[in-house]
Amino acid sequence: MNKPAEPNSFRTGPDEQGMFGIFGGRFVAETLMPLILDLEHEWNAARYDPAFRAELEGLSTFYAGRPSKLYFAEGLTRHLGGAKIYLKREDLNHTGSHKINNCLGQILLAKRMGKKRIIAETGAGQHGVASATVSARFGFPCVVYMGSTDVERQKPNVFRMKLLGAEVRPVSAGHGTLKDAMNEALRDWVTNVEDTYYLIGTAAGPHPYPEMVREFQSVIGKEARAQILEQEGRLPDAIIAAVGGGSNAIGLFHPFLDDREVKIIGIEAGGHGLDGDEHCASMNAGRPGVLHGNRTYLLQNEDGQIKDGHSISAGLDYPGVGPEHSWLRDSGRVEYLPILDDEALEAFQVTTRVEGIIPALESAHAIAHAMKIAPRMKKDQTIIVNLSGRGDKDVHTVAGMMGMEI
Amino acid sequence: MTVTRIDRRMAKLKTEGRPALVTYFMGGDPDYDTSLAIMKALPKAGADVIELGMPFSDPMADGPAIQAAGLRALKGGQTLVKTLAMAREFRKSDDETPIVMMGYYNPIYIHGVERFLKDAKQSGVDGLIVVDLPPEMDEELCLPAIGAGINFIRLATPTTDDRRLPRVLRNTSGFVYYVSMTGITGSALPDTSKVSAAVRRIKAHTELPVCVGFGVKTAEQARAIGASADGVVVGTAIVNAVASVLDGKGGHTADPAEAVATLVNGLAQGVRSARLAAAE
Repeated sequence: MNKPAEPNSFRTGPDEQGMFGIFGGRFVAETLMPLILDLEHEWNAARYDPAFRAELEGLSTFYAGRPSKLYFAEGLTRHLGGAKIYLKREDLNHTGSHKINNCLGQILLAKRMGKKRIIAETGAGQHGVASATVSARFGFPCVVYMGSTDVERQKPNVFRMKLLGAEVRPVSAGHGTLKDAMNEALRDWVTNVEDTYYLIGTAAGPHPYPEMVREFQSVIGKEARAQILEQEGRLPDAIIAAVGGGSNAIGLFHPFLDDREVKIIGIEAGGHGLDGDEHCASMNAGRPGVLHGNRTYLLQNEDGQIKDGHSISAGLDYPGVGPEHSWLRDSGRVEYLPILDDEALEAFQVTTRVEGIIPALESAHAIAHAMKIAPRMKKDQTIIVNLSGRGDKDVHTVAGMMGMEI
Repeated sequence: MTVTRIDRRMAKLKTEGRPALVTYFMGGDPDYDTSLAIMKALPKAGADVIELGMPFSDPMADGPAIQAAGLRALKGGQTLVKTLAMAREFRKSDDETPIVMMGYYNPIYIHGVERFLKDAKQSGVDGLIVVDLPPEMDEELCLPAIGAGINFIRLATPTTDDRRLPRVLRNTSGFVYYVSMTGITGSALPDTSKVSAAVRRIKAHTELPVCVGFGVKTAEQARAIGASADGVVVGTAIVNAVASVLDGKGGHTADPAEAVATLVNGLAQGVRSARLAAAE
């Protein structure tokens, strides 16, 4: 791709049309367009409204448990014998992942807009659980669309959603993963335009979702930046996060984008390797196209048909990525690299053994990259890895991979 | 803007005093040859305008019937290049019936917008309906299409209020496609009096013909909608007619083109009696 001229700041996007360079935009059916304009209007009013911010801050503190800790992972650091590893503990949030940050923000927006019903899509089920949670807390009926493959491999989360009062609708189209769930959620939204709020879980979709989700998730990076300055007295040498749609990653990255001395690395799902179709590395092996309301890097064939991809981690099993990541890739500010299923599995096991922390398989991809680079770095250097979620939901998948039954 | 086959056909039908029957079918469903035979059968059965569906892997505004048709077509090897070839082949024996290509943006974007418009024009395509390109994205394809002499037909929906309608109509040409309800293709048709009111609302803003689609399945419905609209669009029912004669093993139990022709014949009679219905 053409490399755009380096901007003065990497933190000014999107523009008024919702574009990050050529990425982003509002590629939706006319039926949804008035709804998206309404949402944009309301979001722009809410984000600067002190009452809205105060309510969100209160919930973040007392309900979600923020700020999350920046934990010096001494066991992992000693095991690797190089740079100091810090883990941003989003796994300790209420519901067990970073997804609650976005869901609290959007549910307040839904309430403010007078909506009566929540719909959401989910891959690993982390966003589905967070959506069901805030819906229960605020008294909304909630429907979660989830690919049938994911329903099968994320059973504990499916049950949690049901306990929380949400209706989980399995989607069997395609490979039955996140892409198919998102198609079906969009079909629901285009049908129920009057009263329904679509709570998108990642920093993708039509404008203003990528910007809005980023803003709700940026609390991760803001906290991490202040915490590392306090604990180490300087900025980190590298920050790493896993990228599916990319909400935990953009949340960590965005506050650091203009700190040029900080190396920023996003990790894509390399699956079984980038040679075939068994991966979800859209920015390493895809090309720009239009899907789900935005232009972004996509896995697709030469006819523009979207491929299904593969990842051991349901949360990364998506053939696209948030548009801001595509822009950050092309601008060169962030480096995006693949990690294979096996490497993630290894990181999952090592982290569990030496830290006593079971990471989500998504987060294990980011840890796996830290395990690659830390040994080659100096002992006074630091890396922050976003531990975006806890891995309890993945124990069945991991057991299966290890040839065990539980 | 150039006068297209769509403009000429709509003007002719206006003098005849009847609405147009606009027929959608999925290009390449279940395979190229069968689909081309269906396309050729449409005008003979009474279709006035042909919507040639471009299959896409992720049709977000379509119901189960058209989703399945698109997947059958892709499985049968259909590509955008083949869909364009289908139009070109059809033109060899019919230079009058307007062809509107309908689908989603990504395959066009990947083909390359300029190259696509050149190929479409050379293939005898008159108009485009691209579901995921609202007026806010006009620079992508709408404005280049107008420049290439191809109509860009926009969807107006129940959520398009009077404030927004002028923006939706501004770069629209050929006709306006009014989506009868909020929802996906193939849902149930709403109350026809509501649809007539909506058609009147749009006609207050434009001189363009207004065609109504989403949910029209029977001759009776075509007749009722055609009483107020300038055209009636039928899609899911045609796609279902194809599906009904497929045996699921790559063969068919009856001729798909004939199954479609029988349905379209009935619909054509419906629209031809529509204005009589209005006068009753």
